[in-house]
Amino acid sequence: MPHTAIADQPDESHHPTKFIWKYIWSQDHKVIAIQYAVTAIFVGLIALVLSGLMRLQLGFPNTFSFIDPSAYIQFVTMHGMIMVIYLLTALFLGGFGNYLIPLMIGARDMVFPFLNMLSYWVYLLSVIVLLASFFVPGGPTGAGWTLYPPQAILQGTPGADWGILLMLLSLAIFIVAFTMGGLNYVTTVLQARAKGMTLMRMPLSIWGIFVATILGLLAFPALLVSAIMMLFDKLIGTSFFMPALVSMGEQLDYSGGSPILFQHLFWFFGHPEVYIVALPAFGMVSDVIATHARKNIFGYRQMVWAIVAIGGLSFIVWAHHMYVSGMNPYFGFFFATTTLIIAVPTAIKVYNWVLTLWKGNIHLTTAMLFAIGFIFTFTHGGLTGLFLGNVVVDLPLSDTYFVVAHFHMVMGVSPIMVLFAAIYHWFPKITGKHLHKGMGNAHFWVTFLGTYAVYLPMHYLGFLGVPRRYYAMGDTDFIPDSAQTLNASITVAALIVGLAQLIFIFNLLHSLRKGKPAGANPWGATTLEWQTEHTPPRHGNWGTHLPEVHRWAYDYSVPNAKDDFIPQNVADQDVVMVAVPETAPLDVSQQAIDLGPGEPS
Amino acid sequence: MSLLKTLAEKPWLPPMAGAGFAPPHGLIPSAAGRTALKFFIAVASVIFFLLTITFLSRTQYPDFQALAGEPWQPFSNTSQLWLNTAILLLASIALRWGVVSSRQQNLGQITIALVAASLFSMMFLFAQFAVWQQLYSLGYFVSSNPANSYFYLFTGIHGLHLLGGLVALARCTVLFTTRRDCTQLNRGLALCRSYWDFLLLIWLFLFLLLTLSSASYRAIAVLCGF
Amino acid sequence: MKIALALIFLVVLSVVFHLVSPWYLTPIASNWTAIDDTISLTFWVTGLVFIAVNLFLAYVIIRYRARQGTKAAYEPENKRIEIALTVVTTLGVAAMLAPGLIVWDEVISVPEEAHVVEAIGQQWQWTFRLPGDDGQLGTVDARLVTVTNPFGINPTDANGQDDILVDSNELHLPIDQPVKVLLRSKDVLHNFAVPQFRVKMDLVPGTTTYLWFTPTRKGSFEILCEELCGLAHFTMRGRILVDSAEDYQQWLGQQPTFSQSQQVVAGNPEQGQVAYTMCAGCHGQQGEGNQTLNAPKLAGMGHWYIARQLSYYQQGIRGRHEKDIYGQQMAPMAALLAQPNAIADVSAYIQSLDSGPATDTLGGDPERGQGFYYTCGTCHGAVGQGNRGLNAPRLAGQHDWYIKRQLQNFKQGIRGKHKQDVYGVQMLLMSNILQDEQALNDITSYINTL
Repeated sequence: MPHTAIADQPDESHHPTKFIWKYIWSQDHKVIAIQYAVTAIFVGLIALVLSGLMRLQLGFPNTFSFIDPSAYIQFVTMHGMIMVIYLLTALFLGGFGNYLIPLMIGARDMVFPFLNMLSYWVYLLSVIVLLASFFVPGGPTGAGWTLYPPQAILQGTPGADWGILLMLLSLAIFIVAFTMGGLNYVTTVLQARAKGMTLMRMPLSIWGIFVATILGLLAFPALLVSAIMMLFDKLIGTSFFMPALVSMGEQLDYSGGSPILFQHLFWFFGHPEVYIVALPAFGMVSDVIATHARKNIFGYRQMVWAIVAIGGLSFIVWAHHMYVSGMNPYFGFFFATTTLIIAVPTAIKVYNWVLTLWKGNIHLTTAMLFAIGFIFTFTHGGLTGLFLGNVVVDLPLSDTYFVVAHFHMVMGVSPIMVLFAAIYHWFPKITGKHLHKGMGNAHFWVTFLGTYAVYLPMHYLGFLGVPRRYYAMGDTDFIPDSAQTLNASITVAALIVGLAQLIFIFNLLHSLRKGKPAGANPWGATTLEWQTEHTPPRHGNWGTHLPEVHRWAYDYSVPNAKDDFIPQNVADQDVVMVAVPETAPLDVSQQAIDLGPGEPS
Repeated sequence: MSLLKTLAEKPWLPPMAGAGFAPPHGLIPSAAGRTALKFFIAVASVIFFLLTITFLSRTQYPDFQALAGEPWQPFSNTSQLWLNTAILLLASIALRWGVVSSRQQNLGQITIALVAASLFSMMFLFAQFAVWQQLYSLGYFVSSNPANSYFYLFTGIHGLHLLGGLVALARCTVLFTTRRDCTQLNRGLALCRSYWDFLLLIWLFLFLLLTLSSASYRAIAVLCGF
Repeated sequence: MKIALALIFLVVLSVVFHLVSPWYLTPIASNWTAIDDTISLTFWVTGLVFIAVNLFLAYVIIRYRARQGTKAAYEPENKRIEIALTVVTTLGVAAMLAPGLIVWDEVISVPEEAHVVEAIGQQWQWTFRLPGDDGQLGTVDARLVTVTNPFGINPTDANGQDDILVDSNELHLPIDQPVKVLLRSKDVLHNFAVPQFRVKMDLVPGTTTYLWFTPTRKGSFEILCEELCGLAHFTMRGRILVDSAEDYQQWLGQQPTFSQSQQVVAGNPEQGQVAYTMCAGCHGQQGEGNQTLNAPKLAGMGHWYIARQLSYYQQGIRGRHEKDIYGQQMAPMAALLAQPNAIADVSAYIQSLDSGPATDTLGGDPERGQGFYYTCGTCHGAVGQGNRGLNAPRLAGQHDWYIKRQLQNFKQGIRGKHKQDVYGVQMLLMSNILQDEQALNDITSYINTL
């Protein structure tokens, strides 16, 4: 139902004043965004601790008696699932999507604020159900985050009784939450843009979030369907995915089902999911780079096309996760081709980020450092994807640590680099305070160099043939002992990176109270969210008048303009120009740089 | 094609005459509702589409026994299903009537239409449940054959979607009884009507799909390249 | 500035690491050098892009960082650059894809002359089957799997009667002969992977998958399961021995056919009782065991387990390790059971003996032990009853000092390290989760309560 309560009404009477309505049962997209973000970061920290425990076992096997084989694969499973779904998806779309969409397109709120609030609380419920699985008999499921049947629901896998049920239930609840949020995001982008905000004038952040949301809406049903069917198999004894089999020496009643069918469904969701995380990251990093390089994004149209193309192609590449799954081998030709085609628009995005910096006026703020770090890690992760996407090259590498290293580079480190860039970039708008730069830079350097120390060598363990999801390698003929030394060093690096995140958390809390005041537009950015009357923006965002948009989102360093940025809501006649550009160009740039972004040291 | 035209715009240049601008007054509630519903219908369609694909591939496994085709199979006689279809159709018609009468602000007709729509919808759900019971009493349990499993799964998910629609319809009704705002009701009912039409279409499709014979499944599977 | 230097440093580091890394593809032992070549090609293409993009990025940061009086250029797009980059990228992608697809076509096209081997996965073991003289494998069905027909072969299918069964995780293959490996699973997904052969494929219950290769180097190669298959996934190891054609034929001749495996006569407990008198001296009249003589309890152990251990002793698979003092005592005794059916008979008799509960002599903490036992119970049964389908012996009722010693033996590689000890590798890996003496005492105390 359309719910227009405050979407377009500046009427003060709608603004809640009581704490509980303002901060808990809030329908304000900014509060909901923060609720999403805090919850996601909280579960993300749990997943980070789980990864630390896994690394302890791998780096120093037979040392920690509480990590037994079942605990290990339970950690693997929960780490993966939490990071992919409950942290990355929720933080990018529920967190940044919620915060940025109305502000960047000039709306007062989401179109359906009540639904938006409901979306958060349902998401929280899914998180609670998920975490509850740590406390049920048998613990959480240890089926791997891919939850492949038959083993996911059979004895011999930890959590096959309760853990898997809670996992599937939690996923179903999450999908409901996501759908409520997602319908809101797409509708808001399509229907609630401010006057003059044409689609092609939208910042790339919105494009990324918008297309990612559509992907999510169309891809999550596949996960929902597979979760429901697996629940049927587990609880009612149907045979959707379960063939006749002998489990633990016992004949079971299943017959005729197809485990590969599940994999098709799962990856029909799972591959777009990669881009559900990546596209918002692509968009947001574009805006961070353009703002801090004081230059328009290079090839804006190509960037939009690439986002749309990647979104479309992402639905026809899923089976590259299944080259060795036993599916019809002829699929390999098709999916290898589509997969390598998707590399082209992705590469164009990388080129355009670099070319945006080229001839720019680069301010190495913390946000910019993370953005540059992202370009590096994403290039690395994207290129190793060309190994795995090419079906024959995948043969020796699939299911080894090469895969683990690849997807952590491309889907773990890279989006998280963007998340950090985004947090350092938008924190001043969200709170009105700057994050501490020294701590921010320290956080960047440890995270950037540390993660590379973790994942670069890990690729080579994969070349060696070390399989993933192994509790312990034991003695083998073909793996040299030095591999264990490598593993130990990876663990040390990983623990350092993990601990470095404490700097970040401390910085957040510290700056929230004692950070330097940021002002309305500390970076000199053009997009609408920096042009609000108040910082942080109040409920309803825009005071009495909605902004009117007169230009695209990237009017940085426009020739002859006095400032090196022209906000989107400034009309042509209001732009302050400098006189006689031909004769005194140096003076022009001098003035421009003085008005450029400043950052407290 | 307008999308391609939009994507080809060069936003850094001054807008050409007639360039499409976003609505000058911000949000139009009915448009927002329609957009959201379109996307929701897309989401639901994906669910049924994926289930259909998996169903069609499952029909080709040796243990699959179609529910129709041979005289002793339960859906060789589809009269009960036709009856259910008629009930859902009536619900859909009642909603159309509700849209018209709310536009005309005819309170009496609105009431009848609303009651009829919800009543027929609930009747449909009960009738579907009756089909389940009938199958169950004939020994067609959920897990005894994939065709049965899919029948229960398909109709169950379809029923849940209708139930969700009923919640929305109830909300419209409650808002109307408190506010007596015919425009708002009209907006809501128009969305319900589209949603009910969608569910009716899905049901007709499921009806067709689930009552085919093994030979027809084979033909479709060959056609789709399974 | 620092960030630009860091980028340059990381690029150099990556290249150097790649060049000097001792960790790289294991030396190939199959015909799939084309796969390695595709990897090298991919490395060249992606490596050049990686170096070019990041060094350019570093240059740009140095050259265009904000200084006094600098201003950015204004250039919304540059079609020439965009098109050039798109074309170059497309060419690079095509250069990798085309050879890849050609090789893939070879990978999925099995040569006519390939001989067939079936690899069967189950949690967490490998077994193998080869066609007999008729060159055809018999039909199979998971529903036919029983303890006496673990391969699930259809007994009414004439083609299956002469199928050669390898009830071991060790498979021999003749060198330089292409082999098509059919893959079948009894329970969950597994994956057949031998790093040196490069190819791998999942085993999917309910269907048969395949891969093919030609072994080109003699030696012993490990099979790893590379698809998560449950708790003990990491212990699911097998071995392929690539032999000369003669050695292979000799090995093949020693393997039983299906019909032979079905004709094995069950042991006769009465015969066994006679033979048991020589065991009773140490193990006790009722097989109750004797701590002073270091003889474990035998009563109630499955005949299949006793039989396997006796033949291990006979073949020197167990009881040969220099530190296995008690095993060395047992080996000559086992050798006395030389008559064809002697082992089966005595094993049958031992199984028929009644087993009572054992007394706790180590005083561990059973509650803590229960925590460890979850892993053990997956195979050995929730109450330690053993599971023949998984070849896991009974634990309940066994003396704690014996279990503890065996666990220590496994941990130190005194037991289970022999390559023919089929299930030894599982216990080698699993015993390591018990990291100290206390843990051993605790778990044995818990087993005592079962």
